[in-house]
Amino acid sequence: MTCHGSAASYQVTGWSVVEDKSPSSPGTGEGIGIVELFRNVNVDWLGKKWYFLCFSLIFSVAGVISMGLHWSRNGSPVPLGVDFQGGTQVQLQFQNAPDANAIRSATDAAGIKDVQIVQFDAPEKREMLISLPTPSDASLDAGRKEIVDALDAHYKNPIISTSVQVVGPTVGRQLEKQAALATLYSLIAMLIYLWFRFELIYGVAAVVAVFHDTLITLGFFALTNRELSLTVIAAILTLVGYSMNDTIVVFDRIRENLRLSRREALTDVVNRSINQTLSRTVLTSGLTFLTVLALFVYGGEVLHNFSFALVVGILIGTYSSIAVAAPMLVAYQNWRASKGKAAVLPASRRSK
Amino acid sequence: MKKNLNGKIATIVGVLVICLYGIFGIPHGVTGGALLDAITQRIHLGLDLRGGAHLILQVVVKDAVNAETDNTVARIQQELQSNKLQGLPTKPDPANPQIIKITGIDPGKAGDVRNDLADHYGTEFDITSGADNSVILTMKPSQLTELQAKTVDQAIDTIRDRVDQLGVSEPVIAHYGLGDNQILVELPGVSDLNRVRDIIQSTSRLEVHEVAGNSSGYGSEQEALASLGGALPPDEELLHGDSQGLVSDGQDHVFLVKRVSIVGGRDFRDASAIGVNDSGRQGVNFVLTNAGGERFYDYTSSHVGSYMAITMGDRVKNVAVIKGAIRDQGQIEGQFSKQQIDDLSLTLRTGALPASIIPIEERTVGASLGADSIRQGVIAAVTGMLAVMVFMLIYYRGSGINADLALFLNLVILLGFMGFSHATLTLPGIAGVILTIGMGVDSNVLIFERIREEMRAGKGPAQAVDQGFAHAWTAIFDTHVTTIVSAAILFMFGTGPVKGFATTLVVGLIANLFTAVFVSRVIFDSHVNHKLVGQKLSI
Repeated sequence: MTCHGSAASYQVTGWSVVEDKSPSSPGTGEGIGIVELFRNVNVDWLGKKWYFLCFSLIFSVAGVISMGLHWSRNGSPVPLGVDFQGGTQVQLQFQNAPDANAIRSATDAAGIKDVQIVQFDAPEKREMLISLPTPSDASLDAGRKEIVDALDAHYKNPIISTSVQVVGPTVGRQLEKQAALATLYSLIAMLIYLWFRFELIYGVAAVVAVFHDTLITLGFFALTNRELSLTVIAAILTLVGYSMNDTIVVFDRIRENLRLSRREALTDVVNRSINQTLSRTVLTSGLTFLTVLALFVYGGEVLHNFSFALVVGILIGTYSSIAVAAPMLVAYQNWRASKGKAAVLPASRRSK
Repeated sequence: MKKNLNGKIATIVGVLVICLYGIFGIPHGVTGGALLDAITQRIHLGLDLRGGAHLILQVVVKDAVNAETDNTVARIQQELQSNKLQGLPTKPDPANPQIIKITGIDPGKAGDVRNDLADHYGTEFDITSGADNSVILTMKPSQLTELQAKTVDQAIDTIRDRVDQLGVSEPVIAHYGLGDNQILVELPGVSDLNRVRDIIQSTSRLEVHEVAGNSSGYGSEQEALASLGGALPPDEELLHGDSQGLVSDGQDHVFLVKRVSIVGGRDFRDASAIGVNDSGRQGVNFVLTNAGGERFYDYTSSHVGSYMAITMGDRVKNVAVIKGAIRDQGQIEGQFSKQQIDDLSLTLRTGALPASIIPIEERTVGASLGADSIRQGVIAAVTGMLAVMVFMLIYYRGSGINADLALFLNLVILLGFMGFSHATLTLPGIAGVILTIGMGVDSNVLIFERIREEMRAGKGPAQAVDQGFAHAWTAIFDTHVTTIVSAAILFMFGTGPVKGFATTLVVGLIANLFTAVFVSRVIFDSHVNHKLVGQKLSI
């Protein structure tokens, strides 16, 4: 199976300024130009489901493999930040441009082991991030004190500002558990809500799509060796929200179209719904991508991993609502039909 | 047919005014500086933005249980003595201080002991018979939970008192829900945690114990044990200390003391530093409470000539001989630094912590680093928002103004809420704001695309607007409710950054339902009202 050409047959009009001459609108003579992205798009999205499946599988499997590799080397599927792993992180701003090697020789001279020294943010900010693993809850403060003392003694560069994060292993584990539980609960809540508003299968499809996005995003984190922190968890939860949002917009259109034309084949309805919402999908994702990109570029180091998760997540999330969630509905319907059961998909029980 | 929109417009203006008040209050001027002052007074910035220290403390509630049952053991001992019953109450398992075991009971008397204890301790303890004619008291689970909760509450009160004495403004000291018995301490503006932590954490459980063994201590624990014949009596313990008398010889000493203190913790009422006392030494003056004073008097008057150890935080600070009866005032001399004495008297004045506390998480943000993050966050938010606004104007032309107004109002409502609710704005919170903007744009795009569709289908402006809103509504409603539900769950189960993010997201989305659906609709309607028949909508 090849994955080439999956993008080759989009018959979109692209950017175009369309003179609106729709016959039924009583012309006012001033000829209003409408800027439009897509109009009368007619793409057979479901016909490409094998390409999609292939694409998703490659990325998911790549994600799983890179997480597996990371696990076998470091004991966790993704690099964990101080929040989850526990440890000491001292962020120092120096008066003069700091030199990582000089800092390292200072910590070496003080006999501190396992020190990680990296430059933080832009060089002109003169900031360094020094990390230590924290062995136990009992000696929480020792690491910070060691580092600062070592620099005071052996590195003649006054420290202007200090930020410290020290997380004991207990808190790390508790935070890990809490983040996992919060995510799980919010997924369940969304599933129940969608079940109530649509049908169970819609909820399942949406949750699978969201899971797919999270998996791939985490895979990217493992692949690029970025650390998972609490803020990144917030970003992942956001992308869950976004992907869900996208999926629901498409589902909402499917629900509406199913009510209007009950005889049409589901495949056609789903295709039409995706096409009808396509310009909205592209616009919204594009604009959100724009804001997130601003965050990525200007948000500084603190928000870097956060915005990275969103940049990846929004692309994948947009893709998954079209390429994962919608085809799942059709696949489910076909599976039921093959077993000789009635279709359950059409319209929600209690939609407005 | 024109719609009457006056009521709706009044509502919108009302909301706008209330929210502006929420953001600015009543500023003392209209200059930029005055407005900035007003904003910073109303909108509370999180520690990550303004700089400060954040601590999570674990209360070792076992300490409080231990102290409580130590007391009970002493009381039981007296009780049994006064009732002429044989029996030695001990705590067999240090890991389970809620269990007291009474051994050495006369054969056949175990029933009497049980009945006797049931009268006094039956409400707090489950009393059962153990092997070898013993009686076991186990603290009831309800009692244990209550004691633990009380301990944490007391610890919070004590820490608050101490922090207040340090003059930190707007500190937060509260229960923390991540694990059991944890306390969150947030100290804005504090970047050097060392002293603060020492003071907060200082159990300074100043206690006076009877010295059981050699008054000058032993060289090591082994030596101390050897002098006892290898086994530590259950009512005694070994404590380390660095001084034998008042002058440290720089070596570790081990003292054998009675486990139950003569006076300690809450028996101290006040303390003050004395520079140099009569004998030319540094020390602390202390005053005992009435009850503590009575006990101390009873003890000291009957123990003249014996030694007592003054301990602080499980270290022996001083061993002194009792020269005469002391009632409620005394001096502690010893190897203290000026800072130590100040801190000691502060902690004694504010009352002792009921249990020791261990910091399990510490974060400090330097003020300038915080200012840096806020600048970057704001730049990112403004850039993102401007880009979106410009795009909306280009793509939707006249209607783009609608969307931009709605977005702007959304931001005003969100900040207004922050001002009213005293919720703190954190860095992840700013991220939540940016995502709210994203969802706000989405609502507008959904509506506008739908209106365009309706117009393509040949409907007139009024009808197209009507149908466009009606059709987009179900999608907007479902997407918003789903996200609000998941954000609310994050708020309930999350802590710290996740919570700050969820707060702004929930508020922002609710504001968005109002602006994108209600406000934008009113603007459209008023626009349609002013159009001539047949004139087209700019969208």
